[in-house]
Amino acid sequence: MLDVTAEPRTEPNFWQRLNLRQKDQIFGYLFVAPQTIGFLLFVLVPLVMVFVFATQHRNLLAGTVEPAGFANFERMLNDDPFFDTVLRNSLVFATGLVPINIAIALTLSIILTRQMRGAIIFRTLFFAPVITSAVAWAIVWRFLLQGDQGINAFLELVGIDGPNWLREPNWAMFSVIFSRAIKGVGLNMIILMAALQNIPEDYNDAAAVDGANAFQRARFITIPLIMPTLMLVVLITLIGSLKAFDHILLMTQGGPGNATNVLVYYIYFQGFRIFQTGYASSLAVILFAITMTATLVQWLLRRRFSYEER
Amino acid sequence: MKNANLGDWIRQNANVIAMYVFLIIVALPFVFPFWWMITSSFKSTNDIFSFPPTLLPDTWKLENYISVFDLQPFMRQFWNSVYTASATTFITLFCASLAGYAFSRLEFRGRNLIFLLIVSAILMPSEVTIIPVFTYMQELDLVNSHIPIILLPVFGSQGVVAAYIMRQYCLGIPTELEEAALLDGLSRWGIYRRIVLPLARPALIAIAILSFLNSWNLFLEPLVLINDPQMFTLPLALRGYVDPYGQPLWGEQLAATTMSVVPVLIIYIFAQRHVVESFAFSGVK
Repeated sequence: MLDVTAEPRTEPNFWQRLNLRQKDQIFGYLFVAPQTIGFLLFVLVPLVMVFVFATQHRNLLAGTVEPAGFANFERMLNDDPFFDTVLRNSLVFATGLVPINIAIALTLSIILTRQMRGAIIFRTLFFAPVITSAVAWAIVWRFLLQGDQGINAFLELVGIDGPNWLREPNWAMFSVIFSRAIKGVGLNMIILMAALQNIPEDYNDAAAVDGANAFQRARFITIPLIMPTLMLVVLITLIGSLKAFDHILLMTQGGPGNATNVLVYYIYFQGFRIFQTGYASSLAVILFAITMTATLVQWLLRRRFSYEER
Repeated sequence: MKNANLGDWIRQNANVIAMYVFLIIVALPFVFPFWWMITSSFKSTNDIFSFPPTLLPDTWKLENYISVFDLQPFMRQFWNSVYTASATTFITLFCASLAGYAFSRLEFRGRNLIFLLIVSAILMPSEVTIIPVFTYMQELDLVNSHIPIILLPVFGSQGVVAAYIMRQYCLGIPTELEEAALLDGLSRWGIYRRIVLPLARPALIAIAILSFLNSWNLFLEPLVLINDPQMFTLPLALRGYVDPYGQPLWGEQLAATTMSVVPVLIIYIFAQRHVVESFAFSGVK
């Protein structure tokens, strides 16, 4: 590109008169330019716009835009009967999904880090849902959870009358949480396995010699040592659980009633189903605030734990 | 005699056996959905709903696979996914490797500020900005175009993760080679192309795998921005197999889903070490 070194020695031009540090300044800006400009155009500008939209009455279909001040936020708090439900559902979804996911991922990672035959095969199996699209995963689970087929047909074989998983409110919530949790376990498992491999083996050996059983070793040695990674994994999973839009849309469309209507789905519903893009933007601002708070809390906690680790 | 030996063996290895049994039971919800999807896609509509359920089709039928192509332009949709995911991957590789290298090595004013700004968006859900993005693309007349589908992931959180992976990787490469090359008169561009890129191969492979999968599975952006079935990518196409009442045509839907998932699974099984490592990369923060 700017290969001027091969030129014959004549009058040094502007570029040749720069020293290495000055050249690095220019190359630095050139190198980060594509990513940074793209980021400004596709992330930062829309982010600023969502805050502006949130203070407007907008209708996507009619194309109308009117200033609204804080009317959208007042509506959320006072006049929207669904907002409370949606927030509560998001909370239930997250507090259900995170422990299920982490408990399975942690157990599997501890087992599979040990030298055992077939560990790679099991790792491959547990990780497979991670690379599968959320759409495909949700379609198959919806098929499995039909009233009288799939899982219920197998349950009937052993004489159990399974619930209509996706049509009964509480079972529907349980079903979307469980199937989504399973999809993400593999990712956390391998992140935790990477952390576990860094623990020196003699720690565990010493504890075993002192008579600590497997649970005690996990509780008092392994888990404290991987605490920073565990915190990171919890945060990624928590924020990921806020993003389960595709899963909800394909499995239940927020139903039955509003039993599985979570914030991301509600944003889509308000914005693209009933075209209230102004109100939907104010909901998106809330989602943004929740994610940023979670990130910040995790960051502060992590600093504390990492410090203790050193 | 033999039985006694077997009994001893079981008693001695009770822990190990219990562990494998535990692992197999836990593996069920991870593996059975794939099994059920693939086998059901080869069943006739009657067999799909028959009781008792069968783990394998009574007769293997291809009818679902044939009507997948009759109901929607599935070939075209498959190709749309292949080429948008490939385009995203190449553009991400270029932008993220350049930026990641610069953030790790070059000193320029405002570097840390720009880096912090970009990285702060790493966990922001794309649902936050989807409404302005739609309005914006509408203004630019890019609805039903693949351009935003290709570019949004490059600069969204997936692209940021990619730049971050590259930066972390470059921080671990010794600087001596680059310094020697600088003294020999190689420009920074030359160093990036001839020294850094070859050395950063593992990071580039990870970035390629992560961006391709992310793009292959992208759903929200296409859902909102594309409504012409000719322009659908696979995740959108899978939703299209419904009867006039909006109820799923299970046979076709499962056949189409199988065709979208199995190629990825096959590549995954052969390259599983690379794939798993790529995701481990993204977790190192």
